[in-house]
Amino acid sequence: MSTHNVTISINGTPVSANVPARLLLVHFIRENAGQTGTHCGCDTTSCGACTVQINGTPVKSCTVLTVQADGAELTTVEGLANKDGSLHALQEGFTSCHGLHCGFCTPGMLMTSAALIKENPDPTEDEIRWGISGNLCRCTGYNNIVKSVQYAAAKLRGVDPSTVVDVPSLRK
Amino acid sequence: MTETPINGLGSSMKRKEDVRFIQGKGRYIEDINIPGQIWMDIVRSPYAHAKIKNIDTTAAAKIPGVLGFITGKDLDKYGLAWMPTLMSDKQMVLPIDTVKYQAQEVVAVLATDRYSAADGVAAVVVDYEPLPVVVDPFKALLPGATKVRDDKESNHIWHWETGDREATDAIIKTAHTVVREKIYIPRIHVASIETCGCVAQWDSINKHLTMYMTTQAPHVIRTVIALVTGHLGLSEENIRVVSPDIGGGFGGKVPVYPGYVIAIAASVLLGKPVKWIEDRSENLQADSFARDYHMDAELAADKDGRITALRIKTIADHGYTDASANPSKYPAGMFSVCTGSYDYATAFTEADAAYTNKPPGGVAYRCSFRVTEAVHAIERMVDIMAHERGEDPADFRFRNFIKKEQFPYKSALGWEFDSGDYHKALRLAMDMIGYEDLRKEQLEKRARGELMGIGISSFTEIVGAGPSKDFDILGIKMFDSAEIRIHPTGKAIARFGTKSQGQGHETTYAQIIAQELGIPAEHIKIEEGDTDTAPYGLGTYASRSTPTAGAAAAMSARKIREKARKIAAHLLEAAEEDLVWDTNKFYVKGTPGKSKTIQELAFAAYTNYPQGMEAGLENSFYYDPPNLTFPFGSYICVVDIDRGTGKVAIRRFVAIDDCGTRINPMIIEGQVHGGLTMGFAPAMMEQMQYDENGNLYGGTLMDYLVPTAVESPRWEVGETTTPSPHHPIGAKGVGESPTVGAPPAFVNAVVDAMWHLGVRHIDIPMTPDKVWGLLKKHGAALEE
Repeated sequence: MSTHNVTISINGTPVSANVPARLLLVHFIRENAGQTGTHCGCDTTSCGACTVQINGTPVKSCTVLTVQADGAELTTVEGLANKDGSLHALQEGFTSCHGLHCGFCTPGMLMTSAALIKENPDPTEDEIRWGISGNLCRCTGYNNIVKSVQYAAAKLRGVDPSTVVDVPSLRK
Repeated sequence: MTETPINGLGSSMKRKEDVRFIQGKGRYIEDINIPGQIWMDIVRSPYAHAKIKNIDTTAAAKIPGVLGFITGKDLDKYGLAWMPTLMSDKQMVLPIDTVKYQAQEVVAVLATDRYSAADGVAAVVVDYEPLPVVVDPFKALLPGATKVRDDKESNHIWHWETGDREATDAIIKTAHTVVREKIYIPRIHVASIETCGCVAQWDSINKHLTMYMTTQAPHVIRTVIALVTGHLGLSEENIRVVSPDIGGGFGGKVPVYPGYVIAIAASVLLGKPVKWIEDRSENLQADSFARDYHMDAELAADKDGRITALRIKTIADHGYTDASANPSKYPAGMFSVCTGSYDYATAFTEADAAYTNKPPGGVAYRCSFRVTEAVHAIERMVDIMAHERGEDPADFRFRNFIKKEQFPYKSALGWEFDSGDYHKALRLAMDMIGYEDLRKEQLEKRARGELMGIGISSFTEIVGAGPSKDFDILGIKMFDSAEIRIHPTGKAIARFGTKSQGQGHETTYAQIIAQELGIPAEHIKIEEGDTDTAPYGLGTYASRSTPTAGAAAAMSARKIREKARKIAAHLLEAAEEDLVWDTNKFYVKGTPGKSKTIQELAFAAYTNYPQGMEAGLENSFYYDPPNLTFPFGSYICVVDIDRGTGKVAIRRFVAIDDCGTRINPMIIEGQVHGGLTMGFAPAMMEQMQYDENGNLYGGTLMDYLVPTAVESPRWEVGETTTPSPHHPIGAKGVGESPTVGAPPAFVNAVVDAMWHLGVRHIDIPMTPDKVWGLLKKHGAALEE
């Protein structure tokens, strides 16, 4: 098995290692870089728990070889919060709208949704549902994940989220 | 500074556990790494039934990184090749000579890392001699059928029956109307997004085992490990089971899987921590399955449309071992709740369980005790009866519902339903969805040849197992526990015998204690899952946490409050009986200004307590429920069927749930959404099928269709609140109600759309090809 030197920026910190050619990116992130927020749920690109952003594009890291990401800028859930340390609008949305139960799919959902609302700041419900359809959640039934994304999109547009989504935690 | 709100019962406070989950700081099994750990991977059988002629590890042993192998013969030397199931059957850890289902564990490979372990698995050569396969439980029970288990006389596992056979037969024989239907609930899989896994760490110096594992019931697992390995010197005080954050359980993380036991053996034999994480295909092919229930149901009614009797005969396919997790006295779980929400005095049900060449079945899918099967049967039969009589299914239900004033109600099969108001829940659901208008629309559409259906399910759940007189698992009574310690500054830690897998216990348990003691939920830390620190409990499954451990939390807090009363009496120089509790303080009757808050009393418990009193403010409470709880609800589904494709569109779904006193409405709503989606999934999409050779069709997420956000319906939820009269806070549990109640609403809607064509029943999942086939058969399919 050939090995290769790679340097990959993870949430702004370069991580260098000599890795086997077959090492999956999700394992590099979790084991070489020690960032365990990115989860592995199916290792077959089905569930999306391993979604990270490579140069801003959401990608399922269980089906990417580490060497393919050499030189790339990766963002994982650990790098989602705002620069000042405050939570990203999506993190706030998921908590406010109860968009998570067990939390296992959440990092992937957050990274997919972050790219979605960056590209489409005011998505319709259908656009959100299709946008996250590569990420499986077994606990929530998705209704509140959709609301979480609507919450975040509204907040980032400067709209009061409670005027856009109806969830118990926001009811006055 | 604003005061921290107490956030007791009824507050939709945000979940405390979310803080770590949304920032990638959850700690799941795969996140646990012990220095020096090695990896385990497993060679699995491609055959459903075969003799193992030879295992050749020569080539695998030469692979760099591969450290060793464990086979059934290796384990047999230590008496570990077999282990007991929770149903007092036995299952293989690793086979000595034959495999009994496809994907069964055959050889464990130990290696320095996961990739080398996988290389080793690929290089192990196993020589099999295929044997005849039994996949159909009906054929399995025929005389002369191929035996699945060499240690048993036949494939018949057990017979179970309850009710009055003769009286039921007599009524059905002479009844005005009898409807009969064969209903199959297929095999399905929980497919939690996190698979199962463990890290087993054996310390040979101290003879101590730490077992990190994905388990919903860590305490029982510790006892099982002690019982299974006691002869090898493992002793329960030296076994610590830690269940970290769990990425979804739904009952799939209750059983003891072979991989866990092999990892322990490997850690002992190799002297290193051993990590094993299933991949998705292993999880879908070999971990326990649910349902697989073949029911033959008959419902009788008199000429006025009153139900008079129910009879159900069932064949249960349990796979090659009975590895479900039912209470000992109930091999068919709580199936006898099948009389439903209706008032009649006579019923009989019997079940026969069969061995087949499949992995364990009938275990769990967000309902462990066969309640889903029971509800499906009665809610289908009631609908068929209503249609047969030519009346509206809602009217038929209203006439037959147990009335509010009849509770507590003794059901025909012996349960005491604690409380309910079924009329109110169905009426509310009908109002929310606009039932009468929908019926008008349906008639208009039907006249135009369009197929629209409306389906009702008015279910009664049975949860909170259970009272010690009837409920145990392996002899251990099904209590659960809470231990609360109040710190000097008035903050608290509370530990429980249960284990959240996403239900939000860290929040809801804190809210229960906050309600009882007035300490803000924010200031109450909740811990579960570490058997070294938490009090013993039976775990989280079957919607039992709130009914049992939630009750223990309230009772334990009340004991603490009583001690605080004594301290308050001392500090306020008043008689205990003159003190009145209000939210978070005791005050002297008639003098509200003379008071002590719980925080002041907590401080005094460590600094200024009465002479002769023990210091401190803590309590542990083991709660033995006096009865089960009976959540209920009414669901209404509206569907439109495409006659060209057979596709069923879920237009609307209204769900009214009554789970008694509501702790956190936001979490309840979330549980209902999730549960409904796990009711929708098997109704419309999911099924684990086998071919005649026992090959599984659904071993990947490409083949086993878990709903995405696109297919999942938009849920409209509401509630009624009928507190449980015997639970300390009146709560009943909610996690599984929607999974239990939803499937028949979908089926009833689809059949309702096609009844006039002559369609009486359709088994789930109602895939487009199946629906289209029915349309075709009844001359209603549109074809090019």
